[in-house]
Amino acid sequence: MAARLIAALALGAVALAGCARAPATRQPLSFWAMGREGEVVRKLVPEFERRHPEIALEVQQIPWTAAHEKLLTAYVGGTTPDVAQLGNTWIPELVALGALEPLDSWIARSRAIDRNDGFPGIWQTNMLDGVTWGVPWYVDTRVLFYRSDLVAAAHVPWPPRTWAEWRQAMEAVKALAPGRFAILLPIDEWEKPVILSLQTGCGLLRDGGRYGAFRDPRCRRAMAFYTDLFAARLAPALDATGVANLYQQFAEGYFAMYITGPWNLGEFRRRLPPEMQDRWATVPLPAPDASFGYPGASLAGGSSLVVLRGCRSLAAAAAWIDYLSEPAQQAEFYRLSGNLPARRAAWTAAGLASDPRAAAFLTQLERAVPTPQVPEWEQIAARIADRSEEVMRGARGLDAALTDLDADIDRILEKRRFLLARAAARGRR
Amino acid sequence: MRSVRGEARAAWGLLAPALAAIALFFALPVVGGLILSFTDFDLYAIADPGNARFVGLANYVGLLRDPLFWKALGNTLLLVGLGVPLSMGVALAGALLVNSPLARLRAVYRTIFFAPVVTTLVAAAVVWRYLYHPRFGLINRALEACGLPTVDWLGNPRWAMVAITLMAVWRAFGYSLVIFVAGLQAIPGSLYEAARLDGAGGWQIFTRITLPQLRGTMFFVAILTTVGFFQIFAEPYVMTRGGPLNATLSIALLMYQQGFRWWNMGRASAIAFVLFGLILTVSVAQALVRRRQEGGR
Repeated sequence: MAARLIAALALGAVALAGCARAPATRQPLSFWAMGREGEVVRKLVPEFERRHPEIALEVQQIPWTAAHEKLLTAYVGGTTPDVAQLGNTWIPELVALGALEPLDSWIARSRAIDRNDGFPGIWQTNMLDGVTWGVPWYVDTRVLFYRSDLVAAAHVPWPPRTWAEWRQAMEAVKALAPGRFAILLPIDEWEKPVILSLQTGCGLLRDGGRYGAFRDPRCRRAMAFYTDLFAARLAPALDATGVANLYQQFAEGYFAMYITGPWNLGEFRRRLPPEMQDRWATVPLPAPDASFGYPGASLAGGSSLVVLRGCRSLAAAAAWIDYLSEPAQQAEFYRLSGNLPARRAAWTAAGLASDPRAAAFLTQLERAVPTPQVPEWEQIAARIADRSEEVMRGARGLDAALTDLDADIDRILEKRRFLLARAAARGRR
Repeated sequence: MRSVRGEARAAWGLLAPALAAIALFFALPVVGGLILSFTDFDLYAIADPGNARFVGLANYVGLLRDPLFWKALGNTLLLVGLGVPLSMGVALAGALLVNSPLARLRAVYRTIFFAPVVTTLVAAAVVWRYLYHPRFGLINRALEACGLPTVDWLGNPRWAMVAITLMAVWRAFGYSLVIFVAGLQAIPGSLYEAARLDGAGGWQIFTRITLPQLRGTMFFVAILTTVGFFQIFAEPYVMTRGGPLNATLSIALLMYQQGFRWWNMGRASAIAFVLFGLILTVSVAQALVRRRQEGGR
């Protein structure tokens, strides 16, 4: 018994000594990455460690579905990582919490990060009140995927540059086979009504993010265009679960167009039957009318790299973010994951610029705009999806639904208004 | 007299550590939660507690006005209404089988039935997801083989809650079964013997002897199962995350979403107390029914 105790103590001492020795030579740096990105990024680590032997990088993979909760609970519990990947729509929330480090001073010094090589709309999602909180890692936006054979058969001007041309094309495609549909827009998603509203220049919120603005004529115009696609039977009133097999139904011609993101470039290639492979293509989104130029706006999505407050070594964090921002690493990350690089130089390096299907994304990224940058955005987006679904299901008229939606949003933003008013009052005193 | 008081003091002394732990780790957080439910404690308040405001009953009123809350309540009631009788029925049937004098390898069966209770849910969920798979799942394959139409168990809003209920029943019934077995073993053998001598058949023995004798156990299991099903969280969380179309959103899951997804801690606390009130009401109602039954005899 006593002998065993002594052995255990000795083992413990050895373990302690082992622990104590390691950090003395190498700076530990923890990095959280989400989903598949967390798996793929490990392949970039050996080269980083070769260049920076003084840093001990540990990558932790967090599933996307739990990422949001995990980050916030980690913040409350004081167990945040040093660096993290963050969906760029979450930045305002973490900034409101005070969980992020401002990055402007070292971005200005960094030789690897080049704002001018990125996309302005994407950088904007990382900035709040002129302060930069994140560095774009990869980007994401939505474009129009379509069946080129069906569109050619409809004999319409293509690609559509305005909503009027687009609508005309949809009607011509629908006329080919009235039992089928021109476009698939799952009715429980917020992205599509939001994109169309952003295209008209309607900011979705008004007065500095204090109130909902869906009764604004510009937003209303977009919502009317959107909901009318369902009334005219150009789009089926299906939610995402109502589409049994997206790829199969696209191949069958059940719908000819679909607004979606870059992950579907790979999925369409993998899942569509071989005879379909030269019958689909992508174009940027049309604009409301000619006065808006071309293409119309789309979402500025993607993930950023952020440094959390309490980071153990800003220098090590900067080295890691610098490394991931290099065009060569960005191109490699694209090859590994299929995520579109945040830097134009990497597009060239990865041969993406010459792929016509990816090129639509490149054009679109020049006109990508952020969603409203308020911490309450996720809640607001959920309400937008619910309220527009009501209209499509015929439960509510458009104007009544928009009034309700504004009321919902005003309720969600009540706290924000109170805090802004209090801050303004304090500022005056 | 004096010695009684001395004993009482000793008892309090011995209880004190446990009571202190309960006060610190149970009573205090509950009171904290109650206070929180009257505030708008949210993301901004986490950054700076000065941003929280006292809002009175606004969280509770807002909850009653929230269609999502009613949806979650409806889902939870469906789950309780479907799951509790099913779970108790399966548990009782299983207990009778295990306890039957004809049964061999009793301990083995008891272990098998109890295994789901101690299985890690996330691992079980993986298997259940395979079972429910619309095309390759065992359940749909079986339906197909019988010439019945297949069901997209977890993707169809109409069936998703049923699918979750079945899984929850599978997971919960083993615990009730063990309690039922204990209850059955406590029934004196002389009662059965007497009944058999009087010429009672198997069904008569079951309804006249086994069931009445099990009443106390039944009540205990009913309360336990009801409380468990009201609080269901893990099953929808790992299987569907509340979808499709919020069809599997339970009250506990809504509370989690409000609290840890949107960080409306005030609203989430209010949901917790509404759920507490609901469970208390149902448990008290069950107790009243039982008392009336006892009184009637």
